[in-house]
Amino acid sequence: MSRVVIEAGRSETQYWKDLWRYRELFYFLAWRDILVRYKQTTIGIGWSLIRPLLQIVVFTVIFGKLAGLPSERLPYPLLVCAAMLPWQLFSNGLLECSNSLISNSALISKIYFPRLVVPTSTLVVCLVDFLISGVILAGLMAWYHVSPSWRMLTLPFFIAITCATAMGAGLWLGALNVKYRDFRYVVPFIIQMGMFLSPVGFSNRVIPEKWQLVYSLNPLVGIIEGFRWAIGGGPANFLRIECLYSLGVVAFLLIFGIWYFRRTERFLVDVM
Amino acid sequence: MKDTAILVENLGKKYLIRHQRTERYAALRDVMMERIKSLGQRLLTPLNGQSNNSTREEFWALKDVSFEVQQGEVLGIIGRNGAGKSTLLKILSRVIEPTKGRVVLEGRVSSLLEVGTGFHPELTGRENIYLNGIILGMTRTEIRGKFDEIVAFAEVEKFLDTPVKRYSSGMCMRLAFAVAAHLETDILMMDEVLAVGDAEFQKKCLGKMGEVASRDGRTVIFVSHSMGTVNQLCTRTLWLADGKLMAAGNTAEIISRYLTNNTSAEGKCAWKDGISSAGVNEFKLFSISVLAPNGEISSNLDIQKPFTVRIHYKFYRDLPFCRVGFLLRTPTGTTIFEVYDADEEPWAGQRRAGEYMVHCEVPADLLRPGRYTLTISAGMPGVKNFVNLESVLTLDFEETRTLNSLMLTPRSGIIFPKVKWKQ
Repeated sequence: MSRVVIEAGRSETQYWKDLWRYRELFYFLAWRDILVRYKQTTIGIGWSLIRPLLQIVVFTVIFGKLAGLPSERLPYPLLVCAAMLPWQLFSNGLLECSNSLISNSALISKIYFPRLVVPTSTLVVCLVDFLISGVILAGLMAWYHVSPSWRMLTLPFFIAITCATAMGAGLWLGALNVKYRDFRYVVPFIIQMGMFLSPVGFSNRVIPEKWQLVYSLNPLVGIIEGFRWAIGGGPANFLRIECLYSLGVVAFLLIFGIWYFRRTERFLVDVM
Repeated sequence: MKDTAILVENLGKKYLIRHQRTERYAALRDVMMERIKSLGQRLLTPLNGQSNNSTREEFWALKDVSFEVQQGEVLGIIGRNGAGKSTLLKILSRVIEPTKGRVVLEGRVSSLLEVGTGFHPELTGRENIYLNGIILGMTRTEIRGKFDEIVAFAEVEKFLDTPVKRYSSGMCMRLAFAVAAHLETDILMMDEVLAVGDAEFQKKCLGKMGEVASRDGRTVIFVSHSMGTVNQLCTRTLWLADGKLMAAGNTAEIISRYLTNNTSAEGKCAWKDGISSAGVNEFKLFSISVLAPNGEISSNLDIQKPFTVRIHYKFYRDLPFCRVGFLLRTPTGTTIFEVYDADEEPWAGQRRAGEYMVHCEVPADLLRPGRYTLTISAGMPGVKNFVNLESVLTLDFEETRTLNSLMLTPRSGIIFPKVKWKQ
């Protein structure tokens, strides 16, 4: 028979074991979110395609045609697409992650489970969205006769880093969101600014050399660079020191995010 | 030989209450303002270190609570609003962490702090059964095994593939309870789940709970305001007051002690500044008193004479569908009757702001002699509760008309009306 000991400040020790024990809840929450997301909409999963598609069109016209920015070796729409998809994954993940605690507060304040289950399961929905919008990428590649290479096999790695970034920042902002509701307004703002601060609509090369180091503190820089490399080839820019910086920032975000989340988790329900 | 299922030692939960603050959660700007203010204060009055602590106050929602529950026991927890019942249950079900103390739970625990937790209106009945089951701690295989049983109990076969948002509230309740009732855990904790639903379904739930508790020797903790239910279900009962454990023991004994304590014996209970539930600002109750036929306030009454209940309250704005009234209960928790001032036609619950003094005359020759408690309740039914004070007054009815029937055999029955016989 299992034995549970509750002591002030002691729930720590069983935490990671519990997380494993509650994996079914994780699946089901993700499953619920996926079901609910498309249930009441008429276009259904079409939304996962329309939004990025329109954004790609707009960015291509503005940055590629009007501003006439260089596109390097990829056709401009593909250049934007290779960045837009991971960006959408990141921004949706960040938004959902940071809102998940509040939107599930009814559940959280009534039932015990490791709270990490909630924000991480919302990431699954974003990932599904991302995979669906992969159709756009495939379509564009076929249209521009860009044949996939072995480099595509590295994509899961970059996807994982994107998720880690979204999760790290999302956990941190999510925990802050419970404590200070102001963060509800901060997150969309971060996302809006981040879209232009990351090389989504333009190539990385547009940024002057001397700013590259500072620029790559933005973890999305390395990720987007990686995506573009995996799809279009070219020099492995993401292996440069700047992009390792990105990776370092991601690792820091994730560890800090989880640490902060765990710290807040203990009195989460008390302030909810 | 029974084993201990739950061991609680010196459990305590402390909250910090901040005064001058109405929001439950902080906004960053407030925190920053407060920091700046207190910094300024500290700079201006460096010797007075206490000044910024004055807005905070410690509050023990639960203090030094220790008890033990044997395996297979059905334990009731009673107490007034704010006595710490829900806090205790939340700690036991690990939703919140204790500030002090230790709890040991032997076996799998599931808690039911609210019926239908995690129900999603967009999902179908079938999907919700799975989701809710998982949330409550069942595994997928367990749910699959019990699926038909759950559906049959909830009586929703026809609507399994309909989104729950199209269900009536009764159906929703039935489904939620059905899932919960089929939980296969060693320890089950429940909070007031039976407070809703129609009488017939409540009876069914009670039956199911009794069956579940007695059959598998599982441990049940049951928190409720309904003395009748606690009396019926629980073998042992804890009584909490202001976060402390007042007494523990045999259910009937604890309930009668609980009901007769805490009440004023003089037949009047008054609050100078008025009283209402937390978060209510449209209503205040000022006093409730019981009057004997001669107009005097008294708690010793005669069953052969009518008596009057007088309630003094105030509405701070115009409101629809409001009612103020009271319940008369026996010490074991059986409700004799429940009446409201809005029951009378011309009122229809439509209220103007202002003070009210209502009188309710209860007819003579109705009650059985003995002790009763009076509970006051005001609110908008199904919408909001303005005030709910359990057993504010205790009334004693003297045996002025003999209870014994002919040949001195005692009479049974809940009430003792004077009836007319004709030949």
